[in-house]
Amino acid sequence: MPDAAPEIRFEKVARRFGPVEALAPLDLTIAGGSFVALVGASGSGKSTLLRTVNRLDEVAGAMREGSVRIGGDPVDGLAAPELRRRIGYVFQSIGLFPHLTVAQNVGIGRRVRGGAMPPDEVARLLDSVGLDPSLAARMPSELSGGQRQRVGVARALADSPQILLLDEPFGALDPVTRAALGEKVRALHDQRGLTTLMVTHDMAEALLLADRVLVLEAGRIVADAAPAELAAGRAGEAAEALVAVPREQARRIADLAK
Amino acid sequence: MSALLAAVGTLGDELAAHVVLSAAALALGIAIALPLTLWSARNATVARLALGLASLIQTIPALALLALFYPILLWLSGMVGGGIPALGFLPALLALALYAVLPILRGGVTGLAGLDPAVREAADAVGMTSAQKLRWVEAPLVAPYVMAGIRTAAVWTIGAATLATTIGQTSLGDPIFAGLQTQNWVTVLAGCVAAAALALAADSVLALVERGIGQGSMGRHPLLGWIGLAVLAAGIGWALWPGAASKRETIVVGAKNFSEQYILARLIGERLEAAGYAVTYREGLGSAVVFRALDAGDIDVYVDYAGTLWTGEFKREDNPPRAAMLREIGELLQNPGGARLIGPLGFENAYAFAMRADVATANRVASLDDLVRAAPRLTLGADLEFLDRPEWAAVRAAYPLRFAATRKYSPTFMYRALESGDADVITAFSSDGRIAADKLVVLGDPRGAVPNYDALLLASSKCAAAPRCREALEPLVGAVPVGAMREANYQVDRDTDKRDPAEAARWLAGRLAGPVSQ
Repeated sequence: MPDAAPEIRFEKVARRFGPVEALAPLDLTIAGGSFVALVGASGSGKSTLLRTVNRLDEVAGAMREGSVRIGGDPVDGLAAPELRRRIGYVFQSIGLFPHLTVAQNVGIGRRVRGGAMPPDEVARLLDSVGLDPSLAARMPSELSGGQRQRVGVARALADSPQILLLDEPFGALDPVTRAALGEKVRALHDQRGLTTLMVTHDMAEALLLADRVLVLEAGRIVADAAPAELAAGRAGEAAEALVAVPREQARRIADLAK
Repeated sequence: MSALLAAVGTLGDELAAHVVLSAAALALGIAIALPLTLWSARNATVARLALGLASLIQTIPALALLALFYPILLWLSGMVGGGIPALGFLPALLALALYAVLPILRGGVTGLAGLDPAVREAADAVGMTSAQKLRWVEAPLVAPYVMAGIRTAAVWTIGAATLATTIGQTSLGDPIFAGLQTQNWVTVLAGCVAAAALALAADSVLALVERGIGQGSMGRHPLLGWIGLAVLAAGIGWALWPGAASKRETIVVGAKNFSEQYILARLIGERLEAAGYAVTYREGLGSAVVFRALDAGDIDVYVDYAGTLWTGEFKREDNPPRAAMLREIGELLQNPGGARLIGPLGFENAYAFAMRADVATANRVASLDDLVRAAPRLTLGADLEFLDRPEWAAVRAAYPLRFAATRKYSPTFMYRALESGDADVITAFSSDGRIAADKLVVLGDPRGAVPNYDALLLASSKCAAAPRCREALEPLVGAVPVGAMREANYQVDRDTDKRDPAEAARWLAGRLAGPVSQ
């Protein structure tokens, strides 16, 4: 069992792009070991919030206000590459390196630190995300969309991070693959004892995978509740609008079977 | 066909020089383009500026770009107190390298712009530093685009390198330019075939290298890449191999771009070789360049004409008698380290207005005075320089000539135009064998407006100061009769039974007047 996963604390974190306030100053603590979903429409600030954790928001240029702490240490205390090597990151467009094999993609984190990942470790890692280890020698272009995102997850977990950031990780997958991979990631979270932050616009996915759901609207948190409270309609008006859709769909599908 | 193959077979030296020049220019082009590409990748303003500048350079005709480096280097050399060669390899290298930058830079910038943003984000997210990202992600993904640019640049460079001949760098352009002037089409074709074959070969070899770093459907074939690199290295190695190059002292003989100059250069060169020098030729030089090249010591000897120096170099507008002009030119050529007069060769090659006999008779023209009256009905055919030369201004000041039209031709085609009737009057050369052969009428100059054009043997101060060099040249002074020169010119210029300039020079060597010793 790895060390207890660290908590992530946001203190008065705000972000603006020109005149647009992407994030209003917010305070938030994500408990170590929890799986938290950030839900909201496009432009609600959920990805921006996520990317302050591994400082990928800096790529866009503008300055971040406030501070983000992981286990008490500010993220600015380390050089950005060093910080990012300790945090797993999976995003919708995956970003596999097209000129590298699956094994080389999965082993890139080790290479970045001057090492190399032995083949048996690559095989174990691929197996852990539900991929046949014989795919190790393939190029990304030879894989299906679902296989590619599994490689993406394997790459993110390759160097045993304690924090996993997921930005719409399953957005481009078909519903069956999406559900299966979601369950897989939740299982890996539990098994490895991670602190996981997942951005999604799909409330059903958030309810079924997360321990806690935050709803964002125009850069502010408008709801913060456990899935059970949300499902029961006790998390406020803004959240209820989002929960009503999958609840209604589930009811109508159940009606069809009668 | 066999004549063509034989001609191509004699181009070993030119091919080697061409390969060295092209490879060096391409290497320098890559050395400039790659850092610019990287800088452009990180700064959009730099990308715009660099691409704009490279495109601008590309719009300058290669011939002009090569010629521009001559005054630039001359000026630079003057700034640092001399020592920078303004002719030959260096200006050719710089001009061609600039030419090679655009395709490589454009390939690199296009490749970087087309890089999937998700791949860049992933590189950041796994914690790559800037250097790691460049080495492991950007460089390998952009390499095929850069390589495609390098292939284009290689083909361009090898093609444009044929123009390096005009600034005195040996290349496969030598046979092309010499053949054009002397109408030896086999020689022209041999140069073209050799240059085209070299370009195709270089492109194929670079295609192998490209396969070595390739991506995608073609896949990566490192072995092919190594084979390509090996062939490339072998080719450049062959070209750099000194071979039969001697350790003898080298004398550079210059020539302008017409038959008489090619013949005289060979006549002079043979004598210098007999005196124990290694001789290289820089032929096809422009009138404006060649004297300055001698003055700067980039070439050691060539033949110019009194009137050309008088009006062109010394900017004189008076027209003193022959002996006085010669004496004064000798006195003007005394600058330390500059050009020296060895002496007149004994014949004149003046600008002479010539007409076909039937046209002259029909218009009742025998002199420039008569021409003033007839000119409005006639077309003047001039060589490429004449209308911009001070002599033309002097002639017009003395004779108010107004032609119906004026056209410019290279010297060879000027005579053709007269023959076909496209031109009625041409600015012929008095030592040209075609005047007698075509039975042309040379118009008199009763007002003495055209200066004399005695052929003058000129040498660099280095050659003039070396007794061995000087002694090899001095016997030519006063030894070339105009009749023999005309005949030698005609041997090269005529359409049948043509001789090449070296053969005509050997023929001429046997017709020299006076006690010329070998």
